[in-house]
Amino acid sequence: MSNNPPKMTASHVDVSYGTNHAIRDVSIDVYREDVTAFIGPSGCGKSTFLRSLNRMNDTIPTARVSGDIRLDGEDIYAREMDVVQLRARVGMVFQKPNPFPKSIYENVAYGPKIHGLAQSKGELDRIVERSLTRAGLWNEVKDRLSDPGTALSGGQQQRLCIARAIAVDPEVILMDEPCSALDPVATARIEELIHDLRGRYAIVIVTHNMQQAARVSQRTAFFHLGQLIEYGDTSDIFTNPRQERTKDYITGRYG
Amino acid sequence: MASSQEHTVKAFDQDIGQLRGLISQMGGLAEAAIGNAMLALQRGDHELAAQVRADDKKIDAIQHEVERAVVRIIALRAPMANDLREVVAALKIATVVERIGDYAKNIAKRVPQIESEHRIDPISTLPAMARMASDMVRDVLDAFAARDPDAAIAICERDDALDDFYDSIFRTLVTYMVENPKTISQCAHLLFVAKHLERIGDHATNVAEMIHFAAHGTPIAERDRSDDVATSPFSSRS
Repeated sequence: MSNNPPKMTASHVDVSYGTNHAIRDVSIDVYREDVTAFIGPSGCGKSTFLRSLNRMNDTIPTARVSGDIRLDGEDIYAREMDVVQLRARVGMVFQKPNPFPKSIYENVAYGPKIHGLAQSKGELDRIVERSLTRAGLWNEVKDRLSDPGTALSGGQQQRLCIARAIAVDPEVILMDEPCSALDPVATARIEELIHDLRGRYAIVIVTHNMQQAARVSQRTAFFHLGQLIEYGDTSDIFTNPRQERTKDYITGRYG
Repeated sequence: MASSQEHTVKAFDQDIGQLRGLISQMGGLAEAAIGNAMLALQRGDHELAAQVRADDKKIDAIQHEVERAVVRIIALRAPMANDLREVVAALKIATVVERIGDYAKNIAKRVPQIESEHRIDPISTLPAMARMASDMVRDVLDAFAARDPDAAIAICERDDALDDFYDSIFRTLVTYMVENPKTISQCAHLLFVAKHLERIGDHATNVAEMIHFAAHGTPIAERDRSDDVATSPFSSRS
Protein backbone atom coordinates (compact mmCIF):
# COMPACT_ATOMS: atom_id res chain seq x y z
CA MET A 1 0.00 0.00 0.00
CA SER A 2 1.42 3.34 -0.96
CA ASN A 3 1.42 6.57 0.88
CA ASN A 4 2.03 8.56 -2.30
CA PRO A 5 -0.69 10.84 -3.58
CA PRO A 6 -3.35 9.01 -5.58
CA LYS A 7 -3.04 8.78 -9.36
CA MET A 8 -6.76 9.22 -9.83
CA THR A 9 -9.34 10.53 -7.42
CA ALA A 10 -13.08 10.23 -7.80
CA SER A 11 -15.31 12.23 -5.46
CA HIS A 12 -19.07 11.94 -5.11
CA VAL A 13 -19.50 10.44 -8.55
CA ASP A 14 -23.01 9.67 -9.82
CA VAL A 15 -23.69 8.01 -13.15
CA SER A 16 -27.10 7.49 -14.70
CA TYR A 17 -28.33 6.08 -17.97
CA GLY A 18 -31.61 7.87 -18.64
CA THR A 19 -33.67 7.17 -15.55
CA ASN A 20 -31.40 4.34 -14.36
CA HIS A 21 -29.27 5.67 -11.55
CA ALA A 22 -26.33 3.25 -11.94
CA ILE A 23 -23.74 4.79 -9.58
CA ARG A 24 -24.52 6.76 -6.45
CA ASP A 25 -22.08 9.01 -4.66
CA VAL A 26 -18.93 6.93 -5.14
CA SER A 27 -15.63 8.33 -3.90
CA ILE A 28 -12.45 6.36 -4.41
CA ASP A 29 -8.73 6.92 -4.90
CA VAL A 30 -6.56 4.85 -7.23
CA TYR A 31 -2.80 4.58 -6.73
CA ARG A 32 -0.03 4.00 -9.23
CA GLU A 33 1.80 1.53 -7.00
CA ASP A 34 -1.19 -0.71 -6.48
CA VAL A 35 -3.54 -2.85 -8.49
CA THR A 36 -7.11 -1.98 -7.55
CA ALA A 37 -9.87 -4.54 -8.04
CA PHE A 38 -13.56 -3.72 -8.34
CA ILE A 39 -15.82 -6.58 -7.32
CA GLY A 40 -19.55 -6.96 -6.87
CA PRO A 41 -22.55 -8.79 -8.31
CA SER A 42 -23.73 -8.19 -11.86
CA GLY A 43 -25.43 -4.85 -12.23
CA CYS A 44 -23.70 -3.35 -9.18
CA GLY A 45 -22.21 -0.58 -11.32
CA LYS A 46 -18.55 -1.57 -11.15
CA SER A 47 -18.04 -1.58 -14.94
CA THR A 48 -20.05 1.63 -15.31
CA PHE A 49 -17.83 3.28 -12.76
CA LEU A 50 -14.69 1.92 -14.42
CA ARG A 51 -15.81 3.36 -17.74
CA SER A 52 -16.33 6.77 -16.20
CA LEU A 53 -12.61 6.87 -15.35
CA ASN A 54 -11.65 7.43 -18.98
CA ARG A 55 -14.96 8.86 -20.17
CA MET A 56 -16.02 5.77 -22.09
CA ASN A 57 -19.56 6.57 -20.97
CA ASP A 58 -19.40 9.64 -23.24
CA THR A 59 -20.14 7.32 -26.14
CA ILE A 60 -23.54 6.45 -24.64
CA PRO A 61 -25.94 9.33 -25.43
CA THR A 62 -28.18 8.87 -22.36
CA ALA A 63 -25.30 8.55 -19.90
CA ARG A 64 -24.80 11.37 -17.42
CA VAL A 65 -21.84 11.58 -15.11
CA SER A 66 -21.64 14.04 -12.24
CA GLY A 67 -19.15 14.52 -9.46
CA ASP A 68 -15.44 15.03 -9.72
CA ILE A 69 -12.87 12.70 -11.29
CA ARG A 70 -9.26 13.78 -11.48
CA LEU A 71 -6.11 12.38 -13.01
CA ASP A 72 -3.06 13.80 -11.26
CA GLY A 73 -5.32 16.55 -9.96
CA GLU A 74 -6.67 17.42 -13.43
CA ASP A 75 -10.44 17.32 -13.88
CA ILE A 76 -10.98 14.77 -16.65
CA TYR A 77 -14.49 16.06 -17.35
CA ALA A 78 -13.26 19.64 -17.80
CA ARG A 79 -14.21 21.35 -21.06
CA GLU A 80 -10.59 21.73 -22.15
CA MET A 81 -9.78 18.03 -21.58
CA ASP A 82 -8.91 16.28 -24.85
CA VAL A 83 -10.77 12.97 -24.64
CA VAL A 84 -8.53 11.20 -27.16
CA GLN A 85 -5.50 12.27 -25.17
CA LEU A 86 -7.22 11.20 -21.95
CA ARG A 87 -7.84 7.70 -23.31
CA ALA A 88 -4.18 7.42 -24.24
CA ARG A 89 -3.28 8.32 -20.66
CA VAL A 90 -5.98 6.06 -19.24
CA GLY A 91 -5.99 2.97 -21.43
CA MET A 92 -8.54 0.22 -21.44
CA VAL A 93 -8.60 -3.53 -21.97
CA PHE A 94 -11.97 -5.17 -22.53
CA GLN A 95 -13.60 -8.45 -21.64
CA LYS A 96 -13.37 -9.89 -25.12
CA PRO A 97 -10.02 -9.44 -26.82
CA ASN A 98 -10.64 -6.97 -29.65
CA PRO A 99 -7.55 -6.68 -31.84
CA PHE A 100 -7.89 -4.52 -34.95
CA PRO A 101 -8.26 -6.56 -38.15
CA LYS A 102 -4.67 -5.71 -38.95
CA SER A 103 -1.25 -7.24 -38.43
CA ILE A 104 0.17 -7.82 -34.98
CA TYR A 105 2.67 -5.05 -35.64
CA GLU A 106 0.00 -2.58 -36.77
CA ASN A 107 -2.15 -3.33 -33.76
CA VAL A 108 0.59 -2.10 -31.47
CA ALA A 109 1.99 0.62 -33.76
CA TYR A 110 -1.38 2.26 -34.41
CA GLY A 111 -1.62 4.22 -31.16
CA PRO A 112 1.95 5.57 -31.13
CA LYS A 113 1.48 6.58 -34.78
CA ILE A 114 -1.72 8.58 -34.30
CA HIS A 115 -0.36 10.18 -31.14
CA GLY A 116 2.92 11.02 -32.90
CA LEU A 117 5.04 9.18 -30.36
CA ALA A 118 7.59 7.90 -32.89
CA GLN A 119 9.74 10.08 -35.13
CA SER A 120 11.11 7.26 -37.24
CA LYS A 121 10.42 3.70 -38.32
CA GLY A 122 13.22 2.53 -36.04
CA GLU A 123 11.67 4.27 -33.08
CA LEU A 124 8.28 2.78 -33.86
CA ASP A 125 9.88 -0.68 -34.09
CA ARG A 126 11.39 -0.18 -30.68
CA ILE A 127 8.04 0.87 -29.18
CA VAL A 128 6.36 -2.18 -30.71
CA GLU A 129 9.05 -4.51 -29.40
CA ARG A 130 9.05 -2.95 -25.94
CA SER A 131 5.26 -3.03 -25.67
CA LEU A 132 5.02 -6.64 -26.81
CA THR A 133 7.83 -7.58 -24.44
CA ARG A 134 6.14 -5.92 -21.49
CA ALA A 135 2.92 -7.68 -22.42
CA GLY A 136 4.82 -10.98 -22.39
CA LEU A 137 4.08 -11.67 -26.04
CA TRP A 138 7.27 -10.73 -27.90
CA ASN A 139 8.91 -14.14 -27.93
CA GLU A 140 5.75 -15.76 -29.22
CA VAL A 141 5.16 -13.32 -32.10
CA LYS A 142 8.49 -11.75 -33.04
CA ASP A 143 8.84 -13.94 -36.12
CA ARG A 144 5.33 -13.30 -37.40
CA LEU A 145 4.63 -9.65 -36.75
CA SER A 146 2.87 -9.28 -40.07
CA ASP A 147 0.35 -12.05 -39.30
CA PRO A 148 -3.13 -10.76 -38.50
CA GLY A 149 -3.72 -10.11 -34.80
CA THR A 150 -6.96 -12.04 -35.03
CA ALA A 151 -5.00 -15.21 -35.89
CA LEU A 152 -3.59 -15.41 -32.36
CA SER A 153 -5.14 -17.50 -29.59
CA GLY A 154 -7.59 -15.79 -27.21
CA GLY A 155 -5.01 -15.35 -24.47
CA GLN A 156 -2.44 -14.02 -26.94
CA GLN A 157 -5.02 -11.63 -28.39
CA GLN A 158 -5.72 -10.29 -24.91
CA ARG A 159 -2.00 -9.77 -24.32
CA LEU A 160 -1.85 -8.06 -27.73
CA CYS A 161 -4.60 -5.70 -26.55
CA ILE A 162 -2.60 -5.01 -23.39
CA ALA A 163 0.49 -4.35 -25.55
CA ARG A 164 -1.62 -1.98 -27.63
CA ALA A 165 -2.70 -0.11 -24.49
CA ILE A 166 0.87 0.02 -23.20
CA ALA A 167 2.26 1.28 -26.53
CA VAL A 168 0.94 4.81 -25.99
CA ASP A 169 2.68 4.93 -22.62
CA PRO A 170 -0.43 5.29 -20.45
CA GLU A 171 -0.47 6.20 -16.79
CA VAL A 172 -3.51 4.13 -15.90
CA ILE A 173 -4.79 0.86 -17.38
CA LEU A 174 -8.42 -0.07 -16.86
CA MET A 175 -9.28 -3.73 -17.36
CA ASP A 176 -12.89 -4.80 -17.63
CA GLU A 177 -12.98 -8.54 -16.85
CA PRO A 178 -9.90 -9.16 -18.98
CA CYS A 179 -9.83 -12.91 -18.33
CA SER A 180 -13.45 -13.92 -18.44
CA ALA A 181 -13.12 -15.24 -22.00
CA LEU A 182 -9.84 -17.04 -21.34
CA ASP A 183 -8.88 -20.52 -20.14
CA PRO A 184 -7.06 -20.94 -16.78
CA VAL A 185 -3.57 -21.04 -18.34
CA ALA A 186 -4.14 -17.88 -20.39
CA THR A 187 -5.74 -16.33 -17.30
CA ALA A 188 -2.67 -17.12 -15.20
CA ARG A 189 -0.44 -15.48 -17.81
CA ILE A 190 -2.55 -12.30 -17.76
CA GLU A 191 -2.45 -12.29 -13.96
CA GLU A 192 1.32 -12.70 -14.04
CA LEU A 193 1.45 -9.84 -16.53
CA ILE A 194 -0.66 -7.62 -14.26
CA HIS A 195 1.78 -8.42 -11.48
CA ASP A 196 4.73 -7.43 -13.70
CA LEU A 197 3.09 -4.20 -14.82
CA ARG A 198 2.24 -3.17 -11.30
CA GLY A 199 4.07 -0.03 -10.23
CA ARG A 200 4.69 1.11 -13.79
CA TYR A 201 1.02 1.84 -14.36
CA ALA A 202 -1.92 2.30 -12.04
CA ILE A 203 -4.09 -0.71 -12.82
CA VAL A 204 -7.78 -1.03 -12.12
CA ILE A 205 -9.40 -4.37 -12.82
CA VAL A 206 -13.06 -5.30 -12.77
CA THR A 207 -13.53 -9.00 -12.13
CA HIS A 208 -16.29 -11.42 -11.28
CA ASN A 209 -13.71 -13.88 -10.08
CA MET A 210 -13.05 -13.10 -6.45
CA GLN A 211 -10.06 -15.39 -6.30
CA GLN A 212 -8.61 -13.36 -9.14
CA ALA A 213 -9.20 -10.10 -7.27
CA ALA A 214 -7.54 -11.67 -4.24
CA ARG A 215 -4.57 -12.87 -6.32
CA VAL A 216 -3.77 -9.77 -8.36
CA SER A 217 -4.82 -6.73 -6.35
CA GLN A 218 -3.56 -4.84 -3.34
CA ARG A 219 -6.76 -2.87 -2.90
CA THR A 220 -10.29 -4.08 -3.38
CA ALA A 221 -13.51 -2.12 -3.72
CA PHE A 222 -16.85 -3.85 -3.26
CA PHE A 223 -19.82 -2.36 -5.13
CA HIS A 224 -23.44 -3.20 -4.50
CA LEU A 225 -26.53 -1.62 -6.07
CA GLY A 226 -24.54 1.30 -7.41
CA GLN A 227 -22.87 2.11 -4.13
CA LEU A 228 -19.33 1.61 -2.94
CA ILE A 229 -19.84 -0.53 0.16
CA GLU A 230 -16.26 -1.08 1.23
CA TYR A 231 -12.80 -0.21 -0.06
CA GLY A 232 -9.61 -1.37 1.60
CA ASP A 233 -6.56 -3.64 1.65
CA THR A 234 -7.30 -6.73 -0.38
CA SER A 235 -6.06 -8.94 2.43
CA ASP A 236 -8.43 -7.28 4.89
CA ILE A 237 -11.40 -7.43 2.54
CA PHE A 238 -10.95 -11.17 2.01
CA THR A 239 -10.02 -12.19 5.54
CA ASN A 240 -11.92 -9.72 7.69
CA PRO A 241 -14.31 -7.41 5.88
CA ARG A 242 -15.90 -4.69 8.01
CA GLN A 243 -19.26 -4.56 6.28
CA GLU A 244 -21.88 -7.26 6.56
CA ARG A 245 -22.79 -6.95 2.86
CA THR A 246 -19.17 -7.41 1.80
CA LYS A 247 -18.89 -10.47 4.02
CA ASP A 248 -22.09 -12.01 2.68
CA TYR A 249 -20.95 -11.44 -0.89
CA ILE A 250 -17.42 -12.80 -0.62
CA THR A 251 -18.45 -15.79 1.47
CA GLY A 252 -21.14 -16.73 -1.04
CA ARG A 253 -24.17 -15.76 1.06
CA TYR A 254 -25.34 -12.98 -1.23
CA GLY A 255 -28.90 -12.93 -2.39
CA MET B 1 -19.16 -15.74 13.82
CA ALA B 2 -20.99 -16.72 10.68
CA SER B 3 -23.85 -14.76 9.35
CA SER B 4 -27.24 -16.27 10.02
CA GLN B 5 -27.80 -16.49 6.29
CA GLU B 6 -27.06 -19.74 4.53
CA HIS B 7 -24.59 -20.06 1.69
CA THR B 8 -26.04 -19.94 -1.79
CA VAL B 9 -24.26 -23.25 -2.31
CA LYS B 10 -25.96 -25.32 0.40
CA ALA B 11 -23.38 -28.11 0.23
CA PHE B 12 -20.90 -25.65 1.73
CA ASP B 13 -23.08 -25.36 4.84
CA GLN B 14 -23.15 -29.14 5.05
CA ASP B 15 -19.36 -29.30 4.86
CA ILE B 16 -18.99 -26.74 7.64
CA GLY B 17 -21.63 -28.53 9.69
CA GLN B 18 -19.79 -31.82 9.30
CA LEU B 19 -16.52 -30.18 10.39
CA ARG B 20 -18.14 -28.71 13.47
CA GLY B 21 -19.68 -32.08 14.28
CA LEU B 22 -16.24 -33.73 14.22
CA ILE B 23 -14.85 -31.12 16.63
CA SER B 24 -17.76 -31.66 19.05
CA GLN B 25 -17.23 -35.41 18.87
CA MET B 26 -13.51 -35.03 19.61
CA GLY B 27 -14.28 -32.69 22.49
CA GLY B 28 -16.70 -35.18 24.01
CA LEU B 29 -14.11 -37.96 23.82
CA ALA B 30 -11.38 -35.76 25.32
CA GLU B 31 -13.63 -34.73 28.18
CA ALA B 32 -14.52 -38.38 28.87
CA ALA B 33 -10.83 -39.32 28.71
CA ILE B 34 -9.95 -36.81 31.43
CA GLY B 35 -12.80 -38.06 33.64
CA ASN B 36 -11.94 -41.73 33.18
CA ALA B 37 -8.21 -41.22 33.63
CA MET B 38 -8.83 -39.51 36.95
CA LEU B 39 -11.30 -42.17 38.03
CA ALA B 40 -8.72 -44.83 37.18
CA LEU B 41 -6.11 -42.92 39.17
CA GLN B 42 -8.35 -42.54 42.18
CA ARG B 43 -9.39 -46.17 42.24
CA GLY B 44 -6.13 -47.63 41.04
CA ASP B 45 -8.20 -49.20 38.23
CA HIS B 46 -5.65 -50.50 35.71
CA GLU B 47 -8.30 -51.78 33.37
CA LEU B 48 -10.00 -48.41 33.05
CA ALA B 49 -6.58 -46.78 32.58
CA ALA B 50 -5.86 -49.17 29.72
CA GLN B 51 -9.23 -48.30 28.23
CA VAL B 52 -8.39 -44.57 28.28
CA ARG B 53 -5.14 -45.29 26.44
CA ALA B 54 -6.93 -47.34 23.83
CA ASP B 55 -9.66 -44.73 23.35
CA ASP B 56 -7.08 -42.08 22.59
CA LYS B 57 -6.69 -43.64 19.16
CA LYS B 58 -10.27 -42.60 18.39
CA ILE B 59 -9.41 -38.98 19.15
CA ASP B 60 -6.35 -39.19 16.92
CA ALA B 61 -8.44 -40.68 14.12
CA ILE B 62 -10.98 -37.85 14.30
CA GLN B 63 -8.18 -35.31 14.27
CA HIS B 64 -7.00 -36.77 10.97
CA GLU B 65 -10.54 -36.67 9.68
CA VAL B 66 -10.71 -32.97 10.57
CA GLU B 67 -7.46 -32.34 8.70
CA ARG B 68 -8.81 -34.05 5.61
CA ALA B 69 -12.11 -32.17 5.84
CA VAL B 70 -10.36 -28.81 6.21
CA VAL B 71 -8.04 -29.43 3.26
CA ARG B 72 -11.01 -30.53 1.17
CA ILE B 73 -13.07 -27.46 2.11
CA ILE B 74 -10.21 -25.09 1.34
CA ALA B 75 -9.56 -26.79 -1.99
CA LEU B 76 -13.15 -27.18 -3.13
CA ARG B 77 -15.01 -24.30 -1.51
CA ALA B 78 -12.32 -21.60 -1.34
CA PRO B 79 -13.76 -20.18 1.90
CA MET B 80 -13.37 -16.47 2.52
CA ALA B 81 -13.49 -14.07 5.45
CA ASN B 82 -15.28 -15.51 8.52
CA ASP B 83 -15.73 -18.87 6.78
CA LEU B 84 -11.99 -19.09 6.18
CA ARG B 85 -11.20 -18.08 9.74
CA GLU B 86 -13.62 -20.64 11.11
CA VAL B 87 -12.15 -23.44 9.03
CA VAL B 88 -8.61 -22.50 10.08
CA ALA B 89 -9.74 -22.27 13.71
CA ALA B 90 -11.33 -25.74 13.45
CA LEU B 91 -8.04 -27.16 12.19
CA LYS B 92 -6.12 -25.63 15.09
CA ILE B 93 -8.75 -26.57 17.66
CA ALA B 94 -8.58 -30.20 16.50
CA THR B 95 -4.81 -30.17 17.13
CA VAL B 96 -5.33 -28.73 20.59
CA VAL B 97 -8.08 -31.19 21.52
CA GLU B 98 -5.83 -34.02 20.37
CA ARG B 99 -3.16 -32.70 22.78
CA ILE B 100 -5.72 -32.63 25.58
CA GLY B 101 -6.47 -36.27 24.81
CA ASP B 102 -2.73 -37.01 25.03
CA TYR B 103 -2.55 -35.49 28.50
CA ALA B 104 -5.45 -37.67 29.64
CA LYS B 105 -3.68 -40.69 28.14
CA ASN B 106 -0.49 -39.71 29.94
CA ILE B 107 -2.35 -39.52 33.25
CA ALA B 108 -3.79 -42.98 32.56
CA LYS B 109 -0.29 -44.32 31.83
CA ARG B 110 0.83 -43.34 35.32
CA VAL B 111 -1.92 -45.33 37.05
CA PRO B 112 -0.09 -48.70 37.04
CA GLN B 113 3.09 -47.00 38.23
CA ILE B 114 1.54 -45.63 41.39
CA GLU B 115 1.58 -48.14 44.25
CA SER B 116 -1.96 -48.55 45.32
CA GLU B 117 -1.31 -49.68 48.90
CA HIS B 118 0.39 -46.46 50.04
CA ARG B 119 -1.79 -43.91 48.39
CA ILE B 120 -1.10 -40.49 49.75
CA ASP B 121 -3.66 -37.86 50.61
CA PRO B 122 -3.19 -35.26 47.79
CA ILE B 123 -4.51 -37.83 45.35
CA SER B 124 -7.95 -37.00 46.72
CA THR B 125 -7.72 -33.30 45.78
CA LEU B 126 -6.65 -33.96 42.19
CA PRO B 127 -10.12 -34.98 40.96
CA ALA B 128 -11.47 -31.53 41.90
CA MET B 129 -8.71 -29.94 39.82
CA ALA B 130 -9.49 -32.36 37.00
CA ARG B 131 -13.16 -31.40 37.06
CA MET B 132 -12.20 -27.76 36.81
CA ALA B 133 -9.98 -28.49 33.78
CA SER B 134 -12.48 -30.77 32.12
CA ASP B 135 -15.33 -28.25 32.64
CA MET B 136 -13.19 -25.66 30.85
CA VAL B 137 -12.73 -28.05 27.93
CA ARG B 138 -16.46 -28.82 27.78
CA ASP B 139 -17.53 -25.19 28.05
CA VAL B 140 -15.04 -23.90 25.52
CA LEU B 141 -16.19 -26.47 22.97
CA ASP B 142 -19.80 -25.53 23.72
CA ALA B 143 -18.79 -21.94 23.00
CA PHE B 144 -17.32 -23.11 19.68
CA ALA B 145 -20.53 -24.97 18.84
CA ALA B 146 -22.59 -21.90 19.73
CA ARG B 147 -20.18 -19.54 17.93
CA ASP B 148 -20.10 -17.50 21.12
CA PRO B 149 -16.81 -15.60 21.53
CA ASP B 150 -17.98 -13.89 24.73
CA ALA B 151 -18.57 -17.22 26.44
CA ALA B 152 -15.12 -18.30 25.20
CA ILE B 153 -13.41 -15.28 26.74
CA ALA B 154 -15.16 -15.93 30.05
CA ILE B 155 -13.53 -19.38 30.09
CA CYS B 156 -10.05 -17.82 29.87
CA GLU B 157 -10.73 -16.11 33.18
CA ARG B 158 -11.10 -19.50 34.85
CA ASP B 159 -7.55 -20.50 33.91
CA ASP B 160 -6.13 -18.43 36.76
CA ALA B 161 -8.05 -20.45 39.35
CA LEU B 162 -6.70 -23.64 37.79
CA ASP B 163 -3.17 -22.26 37.96
CA ASP B 164 -3.67 -21.45 41.63
CA PHE B 165 -4.91 -24.97 42.22
CA TYR B 166 -1.75 -26.31 40.61
CA ASP B 167 0.46 -24.08 42.77
CA SER B 168 -1.24 -25.30 45.88
CA ILE B 169 -0.92 -28.99 44.92
CA PHE B 170 2.71 -28.40 44.01
CA ARG B 171 3.43 -27.04 47.48
CA THR B 172 1.59 -29.86 49.18
CA LEU B 173 3.46 -32.52 47.21
CA VAL B 174 6.84 -30.93 47.84
CA THR B 175 6.06 -30.89 51.56
CA TYR B 176 5.13 -34.59 51.39
CA MET B 177 8.35 -35.46 49.61
CA VAL B 178 10.42 -33.55 52.14
CA GLU B 179 8.68 -35.19 55.09
CA ASN B 180 8.55 -38.70 53.72
CA PRO B 181 11.09 -39.56 51.03
CA LYS B 182 9.37 -42.93 50.48
CA THR B 183 6.55 -41.09 48.72
CA ILE B 184 8.84 -39.30 46.27
CA SER B 185 8.10 -41.60 43.36
CA GLN B 186 4.34 -41.39 43.85
CA CYS B 187 4.49 -37.63 44.46
CA ALA B 188 6.51 -37.12 41.29
CA HIS B 189 3.82 -38.91 39.30
CA LEU B 190 1.07 -36.89 40.94
CA LEU B 191 3.01 -33.73 40.28
CA PHE B 192 3.00 -34.61 36.60
CA VAL B 193 -0.71 -35.34 36.75
CA ALA B 194 -1.33 -31.91 38.26
CA LYS B 195 0.90 -30.31 35.63
CA HIS B 196 -0.99 -32.11 32.85
CA LEU B 197 -4.30 -30.80 34.22
CA GLU B 198 -2.86 -27.31 34.39
CA ARG B 199 -1.76 -27.62 30.76
CA ILE B 200 -5.22 -28.82 29.75
CA GLY B 201 -6.55 -25.53 31.12
CA ASP B 202 -3.99 -23.63 29.01
CA HIS B 203 -5.15 -25.53 25.94
CA ALA B 204 -8.80 -24.73 26.67
CA THR B 205 -7.69 -21.10 26.81
CA ASN B 206 -6.02 -21.49 23.41
CA VAL B 207 -9.27 -22.83 21.99
CA ALA B 208 -11.07 -19.79 23.40
CA GLU B 209 -8.57 -17.54 21.64
CA MET B 210 -9.23 -19.29 18.34
CA ILE B 211 -12.98 -18.91 18.77
CA HIS B 212 -12.42 -15.20 19.31
CA PHE B 213 -10.19 -15.01 16.23
CA ALA B 214 -12.72 -16.87 14.10
CA ALA B 215 -15.45 -14.46 15.19
CA HIS B 216 -13.61 -11.17 15.06
CA GLY B 217 -10.48 -11.70 12.97
CA THR B 218 -8.32 -10.27 15.75
CA PRO B 219 -6.49 -11.87 18.66
CA ILE B 220 -7.83 -11.48 22.21
CA ALA B 221 -6.15 -8.53 23.86
CA GLU B 222 -3.38 -9.93 26.05
CA ARG B 223 -4.75 -10.33 29.54
CA ASP B 224 -2.86 -8.36 32.11
CA ARG B 225 -1.04 -10.89 34.17
CA SER B 226 1.79 -8.65 35.36
CA ASP B 227 0.39 -8.74 38.91
CA ASP B 228 0.89 -12.44 39.42
CA VAL B 229 3.76 -13.49 37.20
CA ALA B 230 6.42 -15.61 38.89
CA THR B 231 5.66 -14.53 42.41
CA SER B 232 6.88 -17.83 43.77
CA PRO B 233 9.21 -20.55 42.58
CA PHE B 234 6.13 -22.78 42.51
CA SER B 235 4.37 -20.59 40.04
CA SER B 236 2.97 -22.41 37.06
CA ARG B 237 3.13 -19.26 34.97
CA SER B 238 6.27 -18.74 33.04
